[in-house]
This record gives sequence, C-alpha cells and structure tokens, in this order.
Amino acid sequence: MADSSLIEVDHVFKTYPVADGERLVLDDLNFRLVPGEIVAVLGKSGSGKSTFLRLVAGLSEPSQGEVRYRGGTVKGPVRGAGMVFQSFALFPWLTVLGNVELGLEALNVPKDERRKRAEAAIDLIGLDGFESAYPKELSGGMRQRVGFARALVINPDILLLDEPFSALDVLTAETLRGDLVDLWQDRKIPTQSILMVSHNIEESVEMADRILVFSSDPGRIRAEIRVPLPRPRDWNSPGFRHIVDQVYTLLTTTPGGAAGKRARGEPGAAQADGAELAIRIPDAPTQQLSALIDTLMEDRYRGRADLPDLAEYQNLSVDDLFVLLDGMQLLGFAHVGGGDVELTPAGKAFSDAEMDDRKRIFAEHLLRNVPLAAHIQKVLHERPNHRAPAARFVGELEDHMSEEWASDTLERIINWGRYAEIFAYDYDTETFRLEEPEEG
Amino acid sequence: MRSMLWGQPVRRWQDHLRPNFWDLVAFPLLFGLLTLIIVGAGGMTKPFDLGQPTEISLDPINLPYYALRTVLRMFIALGFSFLFTLVYAAAAAKSRMAEKILIPVLDILQSIPILTFLTITITAWIALFRGSTLGPECAAMFAIFTSQAWNMTFSLYQSLRTVPLDLQEAARMYRLGPWGRFWKLELPHAMPNLIWNMMMSVSGGWFFVVASEAFTAYGQQIVLPGVGSYIAAAIDRQDLRAVGYAVGAMLIVILLYDQLFFRPLLSWSSKFKPASDGSAELDRPWFLTMLQKSGLARAFRLGFAAGGQGWNRTIGVAMQRGLDAVGFGRNGPMDRASIMPRWVERVYDILLIAIVGYVLYRMGNIIRAQINVPEVAHVFYLGFLTAIRVLVLIALATIVWVPVGVYIGLRPKLTRAAQPVVQFMAAFPANLFFPVAVFLIVRYHANTEIWLSPLMILGTQWYILFNVIAGVSSLPQDFKYVSRNLGLSHLIWWRRLIIPAIFPAYITGALTAAGGSWNASIAAELVHWGPTTLTATGIGSYIEIASTDGDAPRLILGTAVLCFYVIVLNRLLWRRLYDFAAERMRLDDV
Repeated sequence: MADSSLIEVDHVFKTYPVADGERLVLDDLNFRLVPGEIVAVLGKSGSGKSTFLRLVAGLSEPSQGEVRYRGGTVKGPVRGAGMVFQSFALFPWLTVLGNVELGLEALNVPKDERRKRAEAAIDLIGLDGFESAYPKELSGGMRQRVGFARALVINPDILLLDEPFSALDVLTAETLRGDLVDLWQDRKIPTQSILMVSHNIEESVEMADRILVFSSDPGRIRAEIRVPLPRPRDWNSPGFRHIVDQVYTLLTTTPGGAAGKRARGEPGAAQADGAELAIRIPDAPTQQLSALIDTLMEDRYRGRADLPDLAEYQNLSVDDLFVLLDGMQLLGFAHVGGGDVELTPAGKAFSDAEMDDRKRIFAEHLLRNVPLAAHIQKVLHERPNHRAPAARFVGELEDHMSEEWASDTLERIINWGRYAEIFAYDYDTETFRLEEPEEG
Repeated sequence: MRSMLWGQPVRRWQDHLRPNFWDLVAFPLLFGLLTLIIVGAGGMTKPFDLGQPTEISLDPINLPYYALRTVLRMFIALGFSFLFTLVYAAAAAKSRMAEKILIPVLDILQSIPILTFLTITITAWIALFRGSTLGPECAAMFAIFTSQAWNMTFSLYQSLRTVPLDLQEAARMYRLGPWGRFWKLELPHAMPNLIWNMMMSVSGGWFFVVASEAFTAYGQQIVLPGVGSYIAAAIDRQDLRAVGYAVGAMLIVILLYDQLFFRPLLSWSSKFKPASDGSAELDRPWFLTMLQKSGLARAFRLGFAAGGQGWNRTIGVAMQRGLDAVGFGRNGPMDRASIMPRWVERVYDILLIAIVGYVLYRMGNIIRAQINVPEVAHVFYLGFLTAIRVLVLIALATIVWVPVGVYIGLRPKLTRAAQPVVQFMAAFPANLFFPVAVFLIVRYHANTEIWLSPLMILGTQWYILFNVIAGVSSLPQDFKYVSRNLGLSHLIWWRRLIIPAIFPAYITGALTAAGGSWNASIAAELVHWGPTTLTATGIGSYIEIASTDGDAPRLILGTAVLCFYVIVLNRLLWRRLYDFAAERMRLDDV
C-alpha cells in the first residue's frame, strides 16, 4: 500500500530559530499523496502551508521527521515534481521558449528534443505564437501559462502549485483553472497528482478531491475534507455550497480561537511573562475593521452573517476576510463560529458610535484584550518622561518570535494604538510616547 | 504556423545569413576593428629597456595611432576587470568565509589612489616582462584595472545577494546546479547594474589611462605611446596647439566609445530587467540595431551561441562536476544551515585578525624606520587640507549644478538632449585640460593653493549634475500637479518638494564625485608646464612626490592617510546621509 504513494510526509516538524530558542511553524504533519488525486491545502496566513509545500518540493528541510518521494527520502529538489509559483518566477531575460526549455536544459536533454518538447508544452497550454515573446510583454494570465508550461515540460509525476491563481484576475484564473483540470482529467499530461496551496475556498472545492485544512500557530493539519463531486463542478450547486460551508465552519472553529491562542501562549516557548505579550496581532487595518463592522450592521445581515455570503458580498479573499475576523475577535467586537460571524454588543455599540466614541470604545477594548497594548501604555506611564524606545518592546517580543514577526507585530500595534490614541509613535526616533502632549 | 519553423532550424539558419542593408555598414566596421586591434597589439610587444627613452612625436598625423594604443589599453584592462569581477564577486557572495575577508579588502582597495597601485607594481611588471614594452604596458593597464574593477565587483556582489527568492526556488526546482544558476540566473539578474557600473567605470577610466601613459616612478621616466604621453610631451615642450590636437583626438575617441559601446550596451542590458522601470527610455542606438539586424552580425551571433553550447557541454559540465566534488551539492535544500561548525569560524576569525595585525606591524616598522612622528602628524594635516578642498568643491559644485540639474530635469525634452552630453562630459579625461589651467595660472600669477583645486573636480562634478537630472525627471507628474494646485511658493516648493525628492540621487552623485576628486587630487595638486611646476599643499602632492622619488615609506604613509580620510568620510558622512536618504526619501513607498 505504501508503495503506491507518490509523496509521504511522516511526522514532520519544522522550526525556525528565534532569540530564545526555536519557534515551531509546522507541528507533526502526516500526509500521503496517492496517484490520481488533486489535494488542496487551505489555511489562514501563518498556518505554514507554503512552508509545507516547500518541504514536499525538497526546497526546505524538515527539522524532524521525513518526506519521501516514491519511497525514497527527499534530500533536495524532487525530480519528477514541477512547481508553479504565485509570482510566476519567470526569468525576464529569457523568451517564453527559453523559459520553458530551462528545465530540460538542466537535465541535459539534447537541443532538438528540447525544442520539440518545449513546443509541445507550449501548444498544450495554449501559448502558440508567443514563443519568442519576453515575459514582460505578456499579461498575467499568459505569464502563468508559461509557468505551467515550464512545469509540465519535464513530464512531472506531481505538480506543486503555490497559490498559482491568486495573482490573476477572477476571469483569467477561472479559465486557467478549468484548462488545467481538463488537461489532467483527460490525461493529456503525464502528471498523476496535484498538490495545491490556496487561499481561495471555492477554488479549492472546485479542483480538489481532498482538502487539507491547516490551523495556525503552529501549522497543523486540522481536518481533511473529501470532495466527492463529479467534475466539472458548478459553484452554485447545493453539494458545492455545502462543502464550502463545511470548510468555513472548520476554519472558524479552530480550537480556542483568539482566546484559546492567548491561553496557550506562544507554542514551544516557556510560559514566561513575555509569552503573553507575544500573541499574533492580525494585520487588520482599522479602516477595514470599521467598514466590515458597519457592513455587518446593514439590513442584509443585522449583526450576523454567513461567512461565504459575506466574502462574496464584500468581494474579500479568505485571507483578507479571516484577518479582519481575527482582528474583530481579538478585540471582542465579534464572535466567529460555525461558519458565521456575529457582532458582540461592543461591536454593535462601536458601529452606532460617532468618530470620537468609536475611538474610545476601540481604545478600551484594545487595552483590555491585547496585553501588548496595555503593556506599552503601562511602561509609558511608569517612565518619568513618558517615552520608551521601540527597541525595548521588540527585544521582549523577539524572545518568543522571529525578528520579522516581532517587527510586524510592533507595526500593527502601532497602527491600532495610534487609531485608539492610547499612545503616539515617532517614526524618526523610533520611540513611543504617551498621547498627551508635553503642554499638559 | 510559426511553431513549424522552430522545428526546422536549418531553414531559419539560412534566413539569418541573408545579407541586408545593415551589412553595408557592418562589414567594413567589423573588419576595420579587427585590423586596428592587430596593428595596436603589435606595438605593445616591442623591445623595451628601462631608461630607454620612447620618442613621442607631436606631429598630429601620429595621433590616430596613439589614440588606438590608448583605446586598446583601456579595453584590455576592462576585459580583465570583468573577469576579476566575476570570480571575486561570486566568491564573496557564495562563501561566508571568503566574504569575511574579500569585502573589507575591497572596501580598502577602493579607497587607494590609482597612482599608488601604479608605483608599487611597476617594478614587478617590468621584471616580469624583462626587455619588452609589455612590462610598462601591463603596469599601465593594471592602473586602469584598479580604477574599474572594485566598483564593478561591488555592484555584482550586491546584485548576487539580491536575486529574488522565487527565481532562486524556480532555478532549484528545475535542477540548475550552482554553475548553471550563476550563468542562467544570477549573472543575468546582475547584468543591468553591472553594465551601468562598467560603463561608468570606463568613463572614469579615461582619466587614468591618460595619466598612466607618462609617469615617473623611482626616478625613471616611463612613456608609453598614447594620447596621454602625447599630451605630456606637449606639456614638456610647452606646445599649447598640440594640447589642442590631443583634446580633439580624445573627443573623437570618446564619441566613438559612446556610440559604439556605451549606448548599445546600456540599451541591450535593459532586456535583463523584469519590466520597464520608468527610467528615461532612450532611442535604440543605431549601432545596436546594426548588430541585431545585419546578417553578418547574426552569423557571428549564431556562431557565438554554438560556441556557448560547446562551452556548456564541456567546461560547464566539468565545472559542475568539480563543484559537486568539493561539496557544493547540486541538489541541496535552500535553508540548510551553515555547514561550518562555530569553532571553525572562530579560529578563522582569529587567524584573520592575526594576519591583519602582522601586516600592520610590518608596515609600521617600515614607516617608523624612516619617518618621525612629527612628519606623520604633518601628513595627517596635509590630508586634512585636501579633505577641506574636496568638501568645499563639492559644496560649490552643488550650488552651481543642482539648480541647473533641476531646471533641465523638469523639462523632458531638455533632459533627453542633456543626458548624453553630461555622460560624455563625465567620460572626458579632465586631465587633458590641466595644461590650460596651468598656463592661465602662470600667466596671471594666481594663487596655486586655490586655483589648482578646481582641477580636482573638473571631471567629477558631472556626476552631481547627472544624478540631479535623473532624480528630478523621475519625480511623478502628480507631485508637480499637487504643488501647482496648492499654489506653493518658490521657496516652499524647493524646501518641501524638490530638495527631499532629489536628495537620494544627489547623495549618490556627490559620493561618486567626492571619491573621484580624492583620486584626482594626486594629479591635480602637482602639475607641470614645461620647466614650471605648480604645487598645492595637500596629500595628493605629497603622494605624487613620494611616488616620483620612489620613496616607498612615504608613499605607503601618504596612501594610508588618504585611505583613512576617505574611509572615515565615507562612514561618518556619506554613508549616513545615504542611509537617511534611502530610508526617508524614497518615492516608491508612498
């Protein structure tokens, strides 16, 4: 049975070093990719789904555990895997033909055969006539077709797709997705299986036989959903909608949510004082938060919304939507669960308030629910000159987070804090100070 | 059915070879070039003995041949600079151990004046090619090399470290080894910057090619046929008309260089950019069009491509095997942590420090044996004088050229016309004008301490103008509309819009100009006109005198002090301004 697996991921952990030791990003993953299936990986940002794909590709090494391709341990980029990138990753100085031939060249395929195979791949993917074009002359959709041709030309067993449609507009993405599934289903390409990272739930339900739902911080495989619908799939069919709802429900009922996360603290770190500060603050701009809260108060929803409907109505990608929901949840403005979002009384009060009251409510909830904000304010109050360098807080965060993550967290708390007017931040000197100016 | 054609390369091949209009130009040009190279190279290997005077004729009929020799020297040096750049930058970018030593060394090499390299190495070169002109030729080319290589290497090193992550991943996924990645990904990615730097280096190099053709070291006058030695002879014989001829010849040389080399290469290098980056799009140079369209050039290119294939099959495969063998694994994951254990790095660090300490100690001994402490202090004082000169001149050039640059940069038509002119001015070797200045100073009995100074910035001030124009012309149109809409007064417009907007570009220009001026100080603080010698007090003239006398301890001391000033100023002044500008005044982040 194990022999038939293309990819086996066996008790894989991935950690990154931080100041205080290590941060766990992937926690005990187990997964098998068998011939003849499309598997989609869904998760919020920070769930390590991209890292997971890179482990499978052999671009990254597990800290513990093993990845196997056809039974052999993966120690470097996997032969037999073609990868397609979100950003296309085409070489700008090579023509379409040159880009497609690249993989064959590295395999030392003779020139004539190389050209023939590249031509075939270009024809297959519908790039006829663009052989001598440079990538910069092409539209996004055509560029990603080159990306697919480059991956397919080496006759890969598996295709690894890293959000390949997310940089494209809706129509282009739909066409390209359809073309790919057709090629695969009609066996016009030798590819047996496809592993795709996505942040679009409908896209995943449309394409995949199985969907892996990742939870965040650290990334774990939380659930697996089978999609037994026949292809081509109709987005509006009841079966389709049902599975979409199921995914939303799973994504929104992550064990614990914001509160649970805080109680757990940073995974892998000791439960010291600092650990409580080091919770992830979602990248949710205050303007968008306010707008979403206002939307939820419209007659259409009256304080409670079905997430798939909300995403469609507001034209939000899952990543964007969940970031905002996380923000609302963290601040105590909404409850999310069972595929629905519901405003709390505080959220409703916020929506009803005028500008100044909004800020007051926001500040109150920020200080109550986000320990880092309260901590910064406390430090500023304690200091005689009511100032504190940012470096001080970055240092505290870095004990429990990577450098990059710490600076992201600080940037977000600065934005929220400024809006709430609980402190001010001076970019030039990189210092926090209390909002009350010196004249007071 | 275009794809059918691709399947049958033979038919295409004949298409390529069909002559066309451009061949009428290409044929004589390419074969003319070939002939010139053969003629010029012949002169380089003539017998030569130290002390044997090389006769330079002031008859202008000889100028084309002299110019040819000068040009040949420049391009051979450029070739070596390019090779050096590839090896050195690749080593520094790929190996952390190498990086630790190579980059600081490069930083110091960059601040050492070209003349010092020339003086230090001349005896070695002559000894190496005893009895052949090749010795002094190599010394001169080495001097030119030192004026180009460091800059190019830094550029490549920086580009190699900024290859986009997704392209790196794609290259690994499609199984390019380190060798293949270098040629197919990293070098092409670096190309636009490298070529820009190369062209700027060549522009700066004309100054040194002229300076290195006639110089005195260890009391020996060394003369190599070329425009530089022609002008030196003209100075000796106080022949102002011959100076004029030399300037004219150089004008033509630079014009040809600009048309046949500079412009086509820059235009070609834009193909390596991911997308048009909004920098002023120049018309496609005619020479590039010719190279791309003529049948003859196409045949050359096809031959070249076939050669490249052969190279890949043989050398490429061999190199890849070699890299595999020494442990540059072909298929490693990207995040594999550093393979060296900590203690190896520690030992390596200690070893490095020990070597540096020993070298400093030996150098100190050499200097101490012959030079007393007051003189060392005096040399620092001389360096201070030159530093003042450089800073004052940069300030003056700023006052003059920033308004001019802003005026030009705001007018797109004028910008297009002015840019090639300014590039041309920057390339023109300013030392050709030194005799004119000397002539005037002597005639009007002007103060040499003051009036020799402008010579230092004669050739380098253009970098300021050039960068200011570029900075202003890349200012988004909306900013101009906004300032008009708000009715900004002239003063506010300068303070709040123009100065911050051009600041990053200006700093880059001023930094380049300052570096060039330090180097030029050696030629500018001590100049001749026949028997008359004019000297300005400063580190430049100190080094020049030490070099002429072959006084190694003083040469080393002078150079070390100059390096000290350059590095300190770079770190304390330019670097900070640069970081400030890069962080605060970027326009792509608003």
